[in-house]
Amino acid sequence: MTDSNRPLSPHLTIYRPQLTSLLSVLHRGTGVFITLAAVLLTAWVAALAAGPDYYGLLLALLGHWLGQLVLLGITFSLAYHLCNGIRHLVWDTGRALELQGVYRSGYAVLVASVVLTGAVWGTAYTAAGGL
Amino acid sequence: MRRYETAESRARGLGSAKNGFHHWWHQRLTAVLLVPLMLWLGMGLALQAGAEFEAARDWVANPINATLLIVAIVMLFYHGALGVQVVIEDYVHTAGLKWLSNLAVQFACLVVAVAGILAVIQITLGG
Repeated sequence: MTDSNRPLSPHLTIYRPQLTSLLSVLHRGTGVFITLAAVLLTAWVAALAAGPDYYGLLLALLGHWLGQLVLLGITFSLAYHLCNGIRHLVWDTGRALELQGVYRSGYAVLVASVVLTGAVWGTAYTAAGGL
Repeated sequence: MRRYETAESRARGLGSAKNGFHHWWHQRLTAVLLVPLMLWLGMGLALQAGAEFEAARDWVANPINATLLIVAIVMLFYHGALGVQVVIEDYVHTAGLKWLSNLAVQFACLVVAVAGILAVIQITLGG
């Protein structure tokens, strides 16, 4: 059951990469990443509770280009996991499970994730007073 | 197809594992709730981009925002813990390590969630 040398069923690396499997892996990857990134949400609220010095430090870190890159990664991950999560919820009802539907919804999810990421960043830059 | 389950076992529909339904169901319940919550949080935080300390604090202190923030934190870390548990179950093959990593992840999620909730409450009470 655990450390045995029983043969395993074919794993990820044995298949030719295709949209379906890539999006599936991406769903897991973004899920784990968002859970890690959620710590940042706590850090933001905690900094606000702790005082202006801590909040200023956090803003400086997030304002750095590396911080912005991480925030962009979090935004896209959240947008993708949310959109693809809806795709999964639809599948749970037994709908859109034929191959054509799976590919169509896959491309739709990718487009929607990019649009949603753009909407959040457009809002953020407008709120922050432009570029 | 011939089935070898007893009538009771068939009615319960839990299969050989005997549990797992609640994990599956809670994962989906939190997923459905997280759709509007995360759209609200994403836009709400985007509007606070580069905000002054007082302005950002006032946003959190607003009773509606504070309530939704706490609900979002609970849902986020619960859904996250449920999801990471499945990843660990799939990829950690040693029983002891599997148990230990799940315990560590769930404990970490609980601690960070409680810290976040406390911070929101502290801001709301103006402390």
